[in-house]
Amino acid sequence: MNWFRDFLLPRGASTLVGETDGLFLFITLLTVFFFFFNGALILYAVKRWRRRSEKEVTPHITHDTRLELVWSLIPLVVVMLIFFWGFRGYVKAWVAPNESMEIIVTGKKWVWEFEYPDGTRTLNDLHVPVNQPVKLVLTAEDVIHSFYIPEFRLKRDAIPGRYTELWFTATKPGIYQVFCAEYCGKGHSDMLARIFVDTPEQYETFLREGDEQVRKMPLKELGRLVWENKGCATCHSLDGTRGQGPSWKGIWGHKQRGADGKEYQVDADYIRQSILAPQAVVVEGYQPIMPTYQGLLREREILGVIEFIKDLQ
Amino acid sequence: MSEGVLHAGAGHAVQHADYLEEPRGLWSWLTTVDHKRIGLMYMWSVLFFFLVGGIFALLIRLELLTPRQTVMDAETYNRVFTLHGAIMTFLVIIPAIPAALGNFALPLLIGARDVAFPRLNLASLYIYWTGAAMAVATLALGGVDTGWTFYTPYSTTTGGGVSLMVLAAFVLGFSSIFTGVNFIATIHKLRAPGMGWFEMPLFAWGMYATAIIQILATPVLGITLLLIVMERVLGVGIFDPQLGGDPVLFQHFFWFYSHPAVYIMILPAMAVISEVIPTFSKKTIFGYKAIAFSSVAIALLGFLVWAHHMFVAGMSLFAGAIFSFLTFFIAVPSAIKVFNWIATMWRGSIALEAPMLHAISFLLIFTIGGLTGLFLAALSTDVHLHDTYFVVAHFHYVMAGSNLIALLAGMHYWWPKMFGRMYNRRLAAIASAIIFVGFNLTFLPQFVLGSRGMPRRYFNYLPQFQDLHVVSTVGSWVLAAGLFLTAAYLLASFRQPKGMPANPWGGRTLEWETPSPPTTHNFEGQPVLQHGPYDYRPEPAPVGVKEMAH
Ligand code: HEM
Ligand SMILES: [Cu+2]
Repeated sequence: MNWFRDFLLPRGASTLVGETDGLFLFITLLTVFFFFFNGALILYAVKRWRRRSEKEVTPHITHDTRLELVWSLIPLVVVMLIFFWGFRGYVKAWVAPNESMEIIVTGKKWVWEFEYPDGTRTLNDLHVPVNQPVKLVLTAEDVIHSFYIPEFRLKRDAIPGRYTELWFTATKPGIYQVFCAEYCGKGHSDMLARIFVDTPEQYETFLREGDEQVRKMPLKELGRLVWENKGCATCHSLDGTRGQGPSWKGIWGHKQRGADGKEYQVDADYIRQSILAPQAVVVEGYQPIMPTYQGLLREREILGVIEFIKDLQ
Repeated sequence: MSEGVLHAGAGHAVQHADYLEEPRGLWSWLTTVDHKRIGLMYMWSVLFFFLVGGIFALLIRLELLTPRQTVMDAETYNRVFTLHGAIMTFLVIIPAIPAALGNFALPLLIGARDVAFPRLNLASLYIYWTGAAMAVATLALGGVDTGWTFYTPYSTTTGGGVSLMVLAAFVLGFSSIFTGVNFIATIHKLRAPGMGWFEMPLFAWGMYATAIIQILATPVLGITLLLIVMERVLGVGIFDPQLGGDPVLFQHFFWFYSHPAVYIMILPAMAVISEVIPTFSKKTIFGYKAIAFSSVAIALLGFLVWAHHMFVAGMSLFAGAIFSFLTFFIAVPSAIKVFNWIATMWRGSIALEAPMLHAISFLLIFTIGGLTGLFLAALSTDVHLHDTYFVVAHFHYVMAGSNLIALLAGMHYWWPKMFGRMYNRRLAAIASAIIFVGFNLTFLPQFVLGSRGMPRRYFNYLPQFQDLHVVSTVGSWVLAAGLFLTAAYLLASFRQPKGMPANPWGGRTLEWETPSPPTTHNFEGQPVLQHGPYDYRPEPAPVGVKEMAH
């Protein structure tokens, strides 16, 4: 049975998994059973009663109340069972325990932003301690997004102008994929985030200094990581193709013409300003759509981006 | 083969030319009020758009062959899947069986000369063409990238031809309503003498149930779509929170129509299957009333379950529970029908002609489609599966699998009646097998993709999902091959002489009592029912009026 479950479902890593997977497997078996049951009946009928002559006469059977009751009532009982089973799991996933840690999640085209109780903010990477109930309060800035963590069997829409909630207790340390499940335009399929389920010590360190990767990595690599993970990649290419924003290739040391008609030298200060106050200078021909990263990147990460761009000649 | 149960002046009246020949000329077709000609024009139109939508489908599958860009960029991909969905839903599946086969067959099946309002019928076709032209014209405005569901506030804020597409769906709604009104009146008023409600072929019950939904639900979609246009064009805040609106309200409105609409798609398919299985089993239908009532039950219950599309959209626990609970009741009449059809085959005399092969495909595919609905109706599993490929697979099993395969069954069944010609039956049998295999190869892997966590409407995807996507894409080629083969031998049938007898399959419903193809007025004189629609007894027990009405 386990290989079957592992074939159909991603590994489970929250307290809700058991309940949901149990029901999932039950309905799967039901489906497989009825498919083969109906298939066998049809096959049997076709083999046994295949027409051999046009003169064949068939019995005139219009109905059979007893049989019909049986095949109405059995499905009825089975579906009611499924209803209650599914409802039980949903209720369990409904109300967050009081001791939950609360994190505010904002979806916007095409990044996920997380805000922790202590004010730390991160983009696309969410750190949570293992075995601790966590409540996510979801909202969106532009259109509807949906926060989906397959390994936790959880999903909830993030809706502009509203707050929705989702809670979980992660049971295994590790890294888990988050998808945006509600179609939201061009970058929908790149609107990915990761949940790092940390041991308590790892989590403390994270709150103080950012995650380990970030602390130790060479600057240039860190810059690439920021580009990949913090949403830069949805608008800025590395190979010179035009996106929602200017490509980063070969801009270092050159001049960019701003929408105001002035020329700006691309240097460390210019890049820093473009990250923290993107509307201050908008390159000619582009929309002022870039969000500010003020408070979202650590100092070291900004340095990393500068080094990374320097290298893209 | 037909024992001549019905003789209402047939034979001794003057022989008229068939409806295809007389009157002649393109103009006579464009201005015809003959339900059969209108049905055929609908059929060719639907098939044309099926080809267009199908090409888009192949492009989608081709793009998904690799995890990143394959043949188009993300924005193009989004437009392609939107057009695919919108065309297939509004231009193909919704009108396919009622407007094409229903228009052709319903009056014949109940012994009528035409539908109740022939001009309204023609109007509905022109409205369909208008709506179709509008939908295609959106391409000139840069396409539409909202998905066929038009969720707000994305749809009210994105660029492109959204307003026009939405107006197209609005216009198409009227063609659907007109057909529905027409069928209800036709079934009430124009049944042959002696045909009580329970002597009607089940196809008519299916059309009746469909028509109820068409006229009750479609106006809600119409109003909702107009509200979108008002918001986009006039800036009235209804759905966009920036303007003080509520985006979730749109989903309620949309699914209030679109959930019942999924039954606009399946009830006619069930209606076709209920005709094909008795004919090719040469046996009376099992559980006539159960099938008839479960169609109506599905139509009515279908209005009470719309919010099962929104279990993760932030509705209350109570609302979630109610909508889940009610949804499960739809599964019961669906199950009943499947068992009834199988019981009809039991102890029959089964001829594996192409229509029957498609009907058997339907039974198997609908079994999977219906049962996978249970995963989605159950709250806890739906939270995991909603908006993943699992849902995509589910609705393709019920829409593409069940509806389109039923359309094929119906077309193969009535083809000799429509054109008086027979296609190559061997090729037809082979094609039905290819279609069955191709269909399952395309969509079965998508259930697994979804349950493993692959969200829908994704241009890029994680490499771990590639294997299953490749299988699915290869499946789409097999499916396409089966469909092209079908198109080829159906078209080739026009090179055969018109020589089909009135009743090539030995059916017992009234359309088989008139020549193939029928004359413009369907029957010579007024047919009178002398036995039930599925009565295969050697000497049918008479029901209803026997004397000749004229
Ligand atoms: C046994 C009967 C059925 C049940 C219990 C059922 C249940 C459901 C549920 C609960 C959903 C929502 C899933 C989600 O969004 O998470 C769904 C989606 C859908 N179903 Fe079914 N269904 C059944 C039969 C059908 C039939 C007969 C059709 C059409 C012919 C159909 C077409 C659809 C479509 C089009 C969607 C998804 C639309 C979208 O999100 O784009 N279903 N079904
Ligand atoms: Cu539904």
